[in-house]
Amino acid sequence: MDMSVTSSASQPKRRFLHEWRRGETLAAWLFMLPALIGFVVFFGFPAARGFYIGLTEWNLLTEPEYIGLENYRELIQDDEFWHSMWVTLYYVLLNIPLQTVLALVIAVVFDRFVRGSGWRSLLLLPWLMPNVVVALLFLWILDPGLGIVNEFFEAVGLPSQSFLGSVDQAMPSIAGINIWRHVGYTALLLIAGMQRIPRDLYDAGALDGASEVKMFRDITLPLLRPIMVFVLITSIVGSFQIFDTIAVTTSGGPVDATRVIYWYIYQEAFERFNFGYASAASIILFAILVVVSLVQLRLLRANESDLS
Amino acid sequence: MVMDKKLNRRTIAAAAAAAPFAPALLKSAAAQDAVTLRYGLWDANQLPAYQACADAFTEANPNITIEIEQLAWDDYWTNIQTGMLSGSNYDVFTNHLAKYPEFVSLGQIVDIQPFVDEDGVDTTQYEGELADLWSRDGARYGLPKDWDTVAVIYNEDMLTTAGLEPGVFAEWTWNPDDGGSFRETVAQLTLDENGNNGLSPDFDRDNVAQYGLAMGLGDAYGQTAWSLFACSTGWRFMDEPWGEEYHFDDERVIQSIQSLADLGLVDGFNAPEEEVASLNVETVFSAGTAALIFHGSWMINWMADNITFPFGFGNLPTGPEGRICMFNGLADSIWTGSEHQAESWEWVKFLGSPEAQQIVGGTAVVFPAIPAAAETALAAFQEKGLDVTPYLEQAQQENGTFLFPIADNASEYTATMTAAMQAVALGEAPAAEALPEANEDINDLF
Repeated sequence: MDMSVTSSASQPKRRFLHEWRRGETLAAWLFMLPALIGFVVFFGFPAARGFYIGLTEWNLLTEPEYIGLENYRELIQDDEFWHSMWVTLYYVLLNIPLQTVLALVIAVVFDRFVRGSGWRSLLLLPWLMPNVVVALLFLWILDPGLGIVNEFFEAVGLPSQSFLGSVDQAMPSIAGINIWRHVGYTALLLIAGMQRIPRDLYDAGALDGASEVKMFRDITLPLLRPIMVFVLITSIVGSFQIFDTIAVTTSGGPVDATRVIYWYIYQEAFERFNFGYASAASIILFAILVVVSLVQLRLLRANESDLS
Repeated sequence: MVMDKKLNRRTIAAAAAAAPFAPALLKSAAAQDAVTLRYGLWDANQLPAYQACADAFTEANPNITIEIEQLAWDDYWTNIQTGMLSGSNYDVFTNHLAKYPEFVSLGQIVDIQPFVDEDGVDTTQYEGELADLWSRDGARYGLPKDWDTVAVIYNEDMLTTAGLEPGVFAEWTWNPDDGGSFRETVAQLTLDENGNNGLSPDFDRDNVAQYGLAMGLGDAYGQTAWSLFACSTGWRFMDEPWGEEYHFDDERVIQSIQSLADLGLVDGFNAPEEEVASLNVETVFSAGTAALIFHGSWMINWMADNITFPFGFGNLPTGPEGRICMFNGLADSIWTGSEHQAESWEWVKFLGSPEAQQIVGGTAVVFPAIPAAAETALAAFQEKGLDVTPYLEQAQQENGTFLFPIADNASEYTATMTAAMQAVALGEAPAAEALPEANEDINDLF
């Protein structure tokens, strides 16, 4: 997972020819070929086609009709689309900060104080469960009538809560479910990053009398940056793509409180047969995610490492 | 690959278009080749009944085998849609009034009127206007197989404990102003933790131990819930089948919905919307947390199999303009992509015949569309110890039913109205605001 770019090609042309002659470039392409084919067939082509479909009106059963940017014009004025965007953003804001902070705390504890990889594998357990199973489990755990959480609340004298059935609590509940599932995996990635930090820095810090908190702030965090960027980008992009938990627990309800953008796209495409419109919405989401990722890379200077 | 499929579909569509003009030709071909038809249905309760029909059918038509596939409601429709797209749908499938208009507009179900004319099928043999629900502009998309109405289901012990008798349902009334004797009955059946019922001044609405009623409002058609009440005021979804204007800005529906929402939000007599939305009313009822629910006749068997305490069926409350419920019916439709249209028609015709409907009626799962077979069903239910006459009475009572509001754009309507009804039921918005607003949105679709 080395993200640092250190080499600087001074004589690019001659070197390229030299390597080509030695067959290394060819070999490289050969090695990349399987991945490349997969990328083009399963991603590049469908994405390009999706872009085209976004310019048409298409119900899948009759021929697509080219309508130019009409779908985009409609989307910009579509309150439901913007509502879904806001709901999605709300979810990301509930999910990512808490998940990342929790994962950091767990990672530090494991990195500094827990020895042995057996404990670490425990972190992965929630992540190993399929999303749908997790969602179903929590659907029952959080049920207002029969759920164990409310049984507990009532036992200690608290009022029972609606969780997924309430407009205000549904989204935080879903965020909670997904934090539970992902926090261990995120922590594991962060631990891997922390292991790359030379131990003698901590020894030196300890000699100078620095506290754990200070060492975390001045050693761990700055040196963790490249991994942090990776974790943040993948988890934010993944968070924007929230779908299965919602499909299982709330179906976008109650009162559209959890109708995130992917659910909206799904409904437009597979319930209302507006495939052109749904594709256009996907393209907008794609554009937003690209921008978010670029901004993050920039802000966190991902291609530099303080270690190199 | 995409091209292949399109081509394939087009040829099939061409064949489908030609089929009505040459039914005799196709039928003679059908007599020879062995054909397997795939038949789809969503209700697991009805599987044995239709397996029996399939066996009888194959006995009479040895060259046609019926393969029944059953999937639960949500998966069923997803499967049909993807089946239509990929060219692998069921040849014949159980269809629903909320779904078929879209299939018609996408050219996915066969107009069987030419077959009906050719074979002289009597479409007046079915109960009420059931057959009309499946025709539009001279075309016909299914033969009625059953109908359903709604009744109240009560927990007998709770009724007795409250000092009530089943006779109360013969004469209870409702109105949107004070809820009538319906509201009183529900109140009387609601108990708080201290044992006070809903009529008592000491009733604690925040600590309810037993709800008088479990009814969910967050549903676009309110078939077993709000439509029973709203339509008893004389209000209707729209003026005619295939209408293009909904009336959710009408005072009568607004008052009705608000009054029902308040039954839970203000009074605490109805189980919270959150609870019934996640569990279904039948689960709440079977768990013994509610005394009454309203449910459709298709649930009779589920009730019989799953309810462990004594229960019974009663009539709906009478509203300002009478006692009424939605009259809904299923039919079997033929997919235009089927390669065995003639055989499919034979199967559809059989399912719409007295013979098949008597078989279905005899298994006591639903009320078949042909009245004599419905009587058979009633007798079969009685034999199981279930007195379900309220369902039949409702269907046969004069002006006792209104037709399912069949219209285009049903999926958009469902999404919009579900959200609006949920908002009112959860107390997020008053009916006077949410319903007219949603009404504007859905009427803009046409």
